[in-house]
Amino acid sequence: MSELTTDTAALTRTVTVDRARLVDYANASGDQNPIHQDAEFARSVGLPDVIAHGMWTMGAALDVVTAYVGGDPGRVLSCTTKFTGMVVVPEGETVEVLVEGVVRKTDEEAGTQTIEVAATCAGEKVLGRCQAVVRA
Amino acid sequence: MTAFGVSRADRLTGMPVNPDYAGREYPPAGPFPVTAAEISAFAEAIGSTSPAHRDAAAAQALGHADVVAPPTFAVRLAQQCEAQLIQDPGAGIDFSRVVHGEEGFTHHRPITAGDALTGVLHVDRVREAGGHGMVSTRVELSDAEGQPVTTVRSTIVVRGEG
Repeated sequence: MSELTTDTAALTRTVTVDRARLVDYANASGDQNPIHQDAEFARSVGLPDVIAHGMWTMGAALDVVTAYVGGDPGRVLSCTTKFTGMVVVPEGETVEVLVEGVVRKTDEEAGTQTIEVAATCAGEKVLGRCQAVVRA
Repeated sequence: MTAFGVSRADRLTGMPVNPDYAGREYPPAGPFPVTAAEISAFAEAIGSTSPAHRDAAAAQALGHADVVAPPTFAVRLAQQCEAQLIQDPGAGIDFSRVVHGEEGFTHHRPITAGDALTGVLHVDRVREAGGHGMVSTRVELSDAEGQPVTTVRSTIVVRGEG
């Protein structure tokens, strides 16, 4: 029934993050929590260093889903995740997050698919049960 | 007993969030105007590749009125609504102990530039697990006509002391 195009190759991507990107995300999202910008503050609350916003990781990871549905954000009907790990971003470094999506379910009647997205940083899964439902 | 009194008593017994806040609904926040510049800045920061976030013509070719927000953009608006709870002294939440547990978005329609969205914050659930408080909230974003746009669900964990 589907006349909408999808692109499975778009579901895998390595995304990168550095301190400058976290400042950009803080400004774009309004989340100015200093644990995402200030190493001294982050350490004072028991973190190893500055960490990425969980919502940055979710947003960056889910862009593979938008790409999968032909770059049309309007076809992403819902998305959800748990935050299970930290993306630690040391000063002067560019940190890689590997994003891998797979189609878990196709509902022909509803015209939807469920995509599960894994995001891994330094060998650790940083998102848990990250899923999106798309029109496909 | 006042809400503040409950909060203080529960803090003494280790509950980092006032359990009486479950079921609470806050007054509407906003309206928050959504601009093309905000959408493109958000898309840029998350490394999004779709031209539909940046180029009105590309978005219109997909049937949208103007540039379309990324699937998680609504967090920008939802967190402004959630601040009503975080900053509510009666809730007893110490923001420096807050960790993000879960987040979810249900899009009733896409958010596009030119929208002016109002958010109503609901506290759906407050519970304790392992000495930590867990608060599940829901923000219902609606447009200028009162039509539903996005439901944003969030669970925060307030780490207990010690």
